[in-house]
Amino acid sequence: MKREIPLMIVMVTGIIMFLQYFFPGRFLFIPFISSEKLFEFLNDWVMVIGILSLPLGIWSLLKANVNKLKAADERFYSAILLMGFLVMVISGWMPEWRTKGVHLAIFQSVLIPIQSTIFSLLAFFVASAAYRAFRARSVLATILLLTAFIIMMRFIPMGPISDINNWLVEKILMVPNMAAKRAIAMGIALGATATAIKIILGIERTYMGRD
Amino acid sequence: MRFLEQMMKIDRRWIYLAIGLAVIIPAIIPFTVPVPVSKEVKNVHDFVENTDSNNPLFLAMDYDPSSMAELNPMAEAILKHAFSEDRKVIIVTLAQFGPGMVEEITTRIGKEYNRQYGVDYAFLGYRPYPAITIMLMGTDFRVPFPQDYYGTPLDSLPIMQGVKNFNNVRGVIDLTAGNTADMWIVYGNGRFNFPLAIGITGVMAADYYQYLQSDQIFGIIPGVKGAAEYEQMIGKPGQGKEQVSYQLVAHSVIILFIVMSNVAYFATRRQKKTIGGAQ
Amino acid sequence: MTGGQLLLNGLAAFLTLCIFSFLYRDNPFYKFAERLVAGVATGYWTMLLFHTNFVPVVWNRLAHDGRYEYIIPTMLGLMMWTRFSKKWSWVSRYSIAFYIGISSGITITLSLYASLFRQLEATINQPLTFDAAGISSFLIIVGVLSALVYFFFSAAHKGSMGVISRIGIYVIMIGFGAGFGMTVMGRIALLVQRVIFLRGYVNSLTAFFGG
Repeated sequence: MKREIPLMIVMVTGIIMFLQYFFPGRFLFIPFISSEKLFEFLNDWVMVIGILSLPLGIWSLLKANVNKLKAADERFYSAILLMGFLVMVISGWMPEWRTKGVHLAIFQSVLIPIQSTIFSLLAFFVASAAYRAFRARSVLATILLLTAFIIMMRFIPMGPISDINNWLVEKILMVPNMAAKRAIAMGIALGATATAIKIILGIERTYMGRD
Repeated sequence: MRFLEQMMKIDRRWIYLAIGLAVIIPAIIPFTVPVPVSKEVKNVHDFVENTDSNNPLFLAMDYDPSSMAELNPMAEAILKHAFSEDRKVIIVTLAQFGPGMVEEITTRIGKEYNRQYGVDYAFLGYRPYPAITIMLMGTDFRVPFPQDYYGTPLDSLPIMQGVKNFNNVRGVIDLTAGNTADMWIVYGNGRFNFPLAIGITGVMAADYYQYLQSDQIFGIIPGVKGAAEYEQMIGKPGQGKEQVSYQLVAHSVIILFIVMSNVAYFATRRQKKTIGGAQ
Repeated sequence: MTGGQLLLNGLAAFLTLCIFSFLYRDNPFYKFAERLVAGVATGYWTMLLFHTNFVPVVWNRLAHDGRYEYIIPTMLGLMMWTRFSKKWSWVSRYSIAFYIGISSGITITLSLYASLFRQLEATINQPLTFDAAGISSFLIIVGVLSALVYFFFSAAHKGSMGVISRIGIYVIMIGFGAGFGMTVMGRIALLVQRVIFLRGYVNSLTAFFGG
């Protein structure tokens, strides 16, 4: 009951979704079951389940921060988080929250600048990494460095040399880079397929957690 | 020798300062840099150009504010291009903080080109689970999106008349900062076989050329440089073109860093070998 | 620009600088902005999920459209909430099973088709002629095969396998180098956008107060 039925659901739904791909018209030639409708129906159900389960994460975050209100050193920052949350939820009930008002103003003046600035810090870190770690210590490191160097040089106008560099960049991207990324993508596809088969057959069960 | 050793152990904050200054210079002294147009960006431009007015384009703006610096210029350039050529656009976002940005951009550019919401463009809104949403849109846009972002039923929008699924749009352009691009390729193009192009961040740019060669996508707009190329082709310079001058200075500084650190590395290594040999 | 807009942009500029202060060291201003954005983002997403996802996809269908078949996925979605109870958390496995089964079934066919078969086809389906295009095609085949051999651990990388896998790692390094070169552009762009914003804010301040 606790494990067998979920395993059976995984197997049945997995096999149905796998088979429907090969029966574009009627599913398994059954007269009144359309493969497309089945595909739409099951995916739509997943969407509904998903929308109802996402608030779980929100609830966990809020619970953790309400608990932190008891800890003296974290109290202030947790209060800030909860306050930000409450202001957005309350302002989200105002009419036309999508197009104007406090809700959108906070989104544009708080969320956008902070989120984009947090990620902009990576510019400093990438420069630091380039300085500290990008050294021609071995043949492999030299290949990596030279390639990155050529790619970065495409921003520097150097007259006719730029034309040669741009040609080289195009060739690097479309031949060796592409070959490497293709091999990695193929490996990922094989891995994903193997995992999916293991899940459907009930060999891989870690998603169920422990009893 | 001591200087070189010190150079190798330089405090990271000096590097931060140098990069900070490098991006401030073009803000004070603006200048422009020529941008050669690449084939993969031109393909996207030509696709929008050759779309007829009755066949809407489908634009997926799947990014959050964290990557708006690279993808907003692309979105703006594509929308300006489409609107100025009287093309219809259906927009969606599969990124959780995307709607606020998409709403602002589409409304602003729509007003700029006198486009009417619901007739010339529509914003369907946001759904979580990109793969599932893409597959549901492939069967019927009305299944994942019974209403648009503003709560209007899709059937009430003139632009959606006769538009059921991806078969009824000219093609999809996905602007994304994450693995949503893979989902559009695998679950979108893989299942429904519609023409697909992607606009992606610099970090991801080198990872999608295999799909270009296999014709699973017909174009790539890689980062701000790609956006600048697009802006150049439509003759409307924006943030993409502006960014290129900043990129030039910052790239020059980083290239200088790499050269300096390698010179210091080899010089100190040779010195150590010489001392080691003498001992 | 109105005074209100200037004030909001001032808030955005202040928060931008709060985040940049992290470059010196971790400090209360950074922590404040970080927690504030976590709260605001959660609040924004909560309202977005409620108004634009839960209402049209779940509520309207059940309450207004009379589509009672959605009771089942709604129940499955609500069952996810049992995860908070130690005694009843196994119930949520039914919902997870549904999601996992459907995703796995779809993944097998589409992942194999889009990321393996199409990629294989594009690798071998190129003419091997004695011109630039032919050489590129040949190099792509060599690159993809050698990179795949590098990831193949079921045979020892000795002899010819060793040579091929060595070529493979060189190809992969070119791929990573190209990735790094492109990453620099991406990271710098994020920083530049913030600098452009701050410059715009300073300009609007000057215009507002200086006439």
